[in-house]
Amino acid sequence: MTTVLPEGRHDGVREPDALGIGAQRRRTVFWLVTLGAALVVTGVIAVGTGAVAIGPVTVARVIAHQAFGLGEVSWPAPAEAIVWQVRLPRVLLAMLVGAGLAVCGVALQAMVRNVLADPYLLGINSGASSGAAAAILFGAGAGFGRYALPASAFLGALAASLLVFLVARSGGRVTSVRLLLAGVAVGYALYAATSFLIFASGSAEGARSVMFWLLGSLGPARWDALLAVAAIVIGGTIAGLTVTGRRLDALAVGDETAHTLGLSPDRFRLRLLVMVSLCVGVLVSAAGSIGFVGLVVPHLARRLVGAPHVRVVPVAALLGAILLVAADVLARVALAPQEIPIGIITALLGAPFLLILIRRLQGGRP
Amino acid sequence: MSWRYGAEPVIDGVSVTALPGRVLGLIGPNGSGKTTLLRLLYGALRSPSGRITVDGRPLPSLTPRETALRLAVVVQETGGETALTVAEMVLLGRGPHLGTFQRTGRADHEIAARSLARVGATHLGPRPFGDLSGGERQRVLIARALAQQATHLLLDEPTNHLDIRYQHEVLGLVRGLGTCSVVVLHDLNLAARYCDDLVLLGEGGVVAAGSVGEVLDPAILEPVYGIGVKRVEHDGYLHLLFHPRGG
Repeated sequence: MTTVLPEGRHDGVREPDALGIGAQRRRTVFWLVTLGAALVVTGVIAVGTGAVAIGPVTVARVIAHQAFGLGEVSWPAPAEAIVWQVRLPRVLLAMLVGAGLAVCGVALQAMVRNVLADPYLLGINSGASSGAAAAILFGAGAGFGRYALPASAFLGALAASLLVFLVARSGGRVTSVRLLLAGVAVGYALYAATSFLIFASGSAEGARSVMFWLLGSLGPARWDALLAVAAIVIGGTIAGLTVTGRRLDALAVGDETAHTLGLSPDRFRLRLLVMVSLCVGVLVSAAGSIGFVGLVVPHLARRLVGAPHVRVVPVAALLGAILLVAADVLARVALAPQEIPIGIITALLGAPFLLILIRRLQGGRP
Repeated sequence: MSWRYGAEPVIDGVSVTALPGRVLGLIGPNGSGKTTLLRLLYGALRSPSGRITVDGRPLPSLTPRETALRLAVVVQETGGETALTVAEMVLLGRGPHLGTFQRTGRADHEIAARSLARVGATHLGPRPFGDLSGGERQRVLIARALAQQATHLLLDEPTNHLDIRYQHEVLGLVRGLGTCSVVVLHDLNLAARYCDDLVLLGEGGVVAAGSVGEVLDPAILEPVYGIGVKRVEHDGYLHLLFHPRGG
């Protein structure tokens, strides 16, 4: 057999994109630009929506003025306070949490090679919930002042992921299946622990507020240290996962393949686990537990730009951000002035999607 | 250059040497440890007492990436659930050549295209890898190993799932590369035609090692496989005919 591509045949006669790589890249750029623009538009509309409606132009001008000192003040002071102090941090947190959940879902699906994986699979969410319950019901983490709840939720998340990791590692190697099972086991145990805490406290009011927190809320968002930490950690995770995209591809194909392509799959999976745990811990402590985003968004992203993670990670981040900002608007508006926990909205949107996914799986390929 | 290693439960006190520019076949009955031996060779398994050297350097002293630049491996794991396209799958083979922040460039794409062409799979390029038949997948995985441009090629039963025509094409291709190759093979006639040297494994150890003519000796093969063997020569190649013993 000889080489089918003779030398010197690429001089314009035949564009060397027989592999479709260039087309894929153009498609990715298109989606990144489109989704980026969509995110900005969604964000501005979301900031303008609420009990007091504020026009998008005013929103844009307030933000420009506050952030960059541009333009003259020509709006009432309450509007500025609503935009800058109340709604913008909330919308930014929604973007961060949505993006973070989505990319963690991407990483986990590659890591355990299961298209139904999402951040909650690792039991991290359950750990955070236990921590939050302990804080709300028994005043755990009082030393952290007004950060008591997020701090103890974060510690719970960290403890849970360490536990999952140690259980998964007990046999020597951290394989996909072992990780998955350890996550499920630890998740159930901690779920029981949370229920026990609620039961033991005997406080109806406390139980209610734990439940509310468990369903997720972006309400507490402020310009504070928590938002900054979330921005740094989630931004770092997105960048880190994008850069390791090629390795995620190899890992998603199989351990043996990853090994022959110059990766050490066990060590890589460990590093991913630490990164994802940190990210999920931070975002669960900031916004409670919000399901389905990490499960649904990676699939949408792959649908748009194909499987390679260099492309999937940033696209999933944008999609997740848009989705959560939109879901939060729904949560605020649907039963106004009452606010629906955002976890309910994402579950309502996500569950039908999961059903479609299951139907597809039966048909063969994901 | 030599590959050596010592005791392992499945495999005991085996020493193997693959010579530059030659194709070494690992043959033996089921369960004789062919695949285990191959996995030891590329470091997926570590034998505590074993010693494997690649181009004069001990394997454990190489980083995973340095190893991948020297050893390209076609494993039996197909990764059938992946949503990658064929082209993307082949481009994974360029990974060890690229820095962390570097993306694949035109040169990489041409190498990938040429690798696909060499296994006769150019037309598969844009298709999802998961949609391919077993034989097509095998050819794509071989293309990925070619795209890796390593100094050694290791293949674990590369002719599995392949039609007879592609069995010969793939092995002819491996032979034509002139790369130091180690191939686990089931089919002794394919081994006879495309290998230079053979190692016959049985009962966890080496039964015979040497050139094809030396190892494919009915007197050696019959007790190992438990079947009658007749050796004929045709067109300058060895052929083996099998018949049940006592039958």
